[in-house]
Amino acid sequence: MSAASAAGQALTARLTPAQRRASALVKLSALALLLIVWHFVTVTEIVSPFFLPKPADVLRNFIRIVGSGQAWPDLKVTLFEFAIAGPIALVAGGLVGFLVSLTRYGARVFEPIISSVYAIPIIIFYPISVMALGIGPESKIAHGALFGFFPICLNTIQGFSRVDPLLIRLAHSTGASQRQLFWRIMLPAAAPTILSGVRLGLMLCFLAIIGGETIASIEGIGHRVVWYAEGMQTGNMFAYIVFVVLVAVIMNAALSLLEFRKGRS
Amino acid sequence: MTPLSFRSPPPWVSRALVILLLLVLWEILGRMGSQLFFSPLSMVATSGVTIFADREVLEALRTTAWILAIGFGLSVCIGLVLGLAVAMSRFTYQTFLPVLLLLYAIPQITVLPIFVLYFGSGPASKIAFGVSHGLFPIAVSVVAGVQGIKPLLVTSAISMGATRWQIFRRITLPYLAPSLFTGMRLASTATLLGVLLAELYVSSGGVGHFTRRFGESFQPDKLYALIAALSLMAILINETMRMLERRFSRWT
Repeated sequence: MSAASAAGQALTARLTPAQRRASALVKLSALALLLIVWHFVTVTEIVSPFFLPKPADVLRNFIRIVGSGQAWPDLKVTLFEFAIAGPIALVAGGLVGFLVSLTRYGARVFEPIISSVYAIPIIIFYPISVMALGIGPESKIAHGALFGFFPICLNTIQGFSRVDPLLIRLAHSTGASQRQLFWRIMLPAAAPTILSGVRLGLMLCFLAIIGGETIASIEGIGHRVVWYAEGMQTGNMFAYIVFVVLVAVIMNAALSLLEFRKGRS
Repeated sequence: MTPLSFRSPPPWVSRALVILLLLVLWEILGRMGSQLFFSPLSMVATSGVTIFADREVLEALRTTAWILAIGFGLSVCIGLVLGLAVAMSRFTYQTFLPVLLLLYAIPQITVLPIFVLYFGSGPASKIAFGVSHGLFPIAVSVVAGVQGIKPLLVTSAISMGATRWQIFRRITLPYLAPSLFTGMRLASTATLLGVLLAELYVSSGGVGHFTRRFGESFQPDKLYALIAALSLMAILINETMRMLERRFSRWT
């Protein structure tokens, strides 16, 4: 069944140049095939344009939406919500994580509670946000901050609790103060884990905001997709989805950059 | 590490106390705050009894559970097949893993309206959207599991004259089990997230209908009770999957 294993070679082992070329060819032709089939079924109207717009139309709409600045007001709303929710998640998650990890005992008491709450899909708390804060930006900010809180908090706890005890003993035996211990030993050792939690948390926060906008909102990029969907403007909807996916991908790349940069210093 | 001056109780005792304290806090704050948005625990509990006696609510919860079960089952089947296909050879692995990861990186929430357009507003779109969430953790874990199998094992099996099927049955499958169960745990929460997202988005029937109704008519006690029930369901599912994961990780 598993031919790689049958060959007795690791899956990650390098391909030969010929295989690499073939691999690129397979990927490209799959993409080309997808586009051709898409184009064909829509141009011949085997599939109604209401269900699937033509690829060329999607591209044209995309250029119009992005090029004319039509997307800007909604994007501004979403980014504004993120600019408030993100820092809240960051500070709250980091602070709670830090306080809990002050003692090993605290981490053992609180970590299981926080991680089992994290198992709940936070989205089900969204109706509470909407009920209490309305369908404006406030409910998205609350929802995004709550979503982002958990990974940041849990990774902070994990980062601090996995610092090598030997390092701590070493610091104690050289007479380091509590402050020195924190800044010189604990924080640098925990930083990579914390930062990956920050990246994940902020990304989830951003996606949660888009999710909130999709479910109940009057503005924002998540809402605009629904707006087009409800207006039966499938062509615009597809184009706008491409735009939102692109925004999310850029956000993800930007956040990964942050982790990489800080992780090195 | 630091010796405490008193003997602290075992962590679970403190944990229970913390949870109790939070529940008490909920009760007190609920009585203090606005009854329009917030509801004390005691009221939520009594409303819980009434709404779960309601046939419609029970029906909605049962439907959600069904949708979740079907979505999860499909995620496991499709994810397993997809993962094994990607990990079939070095070539397929290096060609299709990037594609899989790329698709995984697309935030599914943005394509939710397409799911509703194609699958309608009934259970089908919720199942499909749940699968779109559950499928990837399974596939990626399966690939990682196969990737982790030591080539030496396979080489020695071949030299002992094992057939492909024997290699699959005796090496790939047992060594895959722990990562498959990790994937299943991740997929169970992801599928639940997907199903609930779709439920809340469509909200014409099912649980989403009730969260909207209770929310819009400002009945926080009922809304909280429903959400508490769903939360308990999520925690129970997660704990069950964690137990299974631990049990099967010991297997190899």
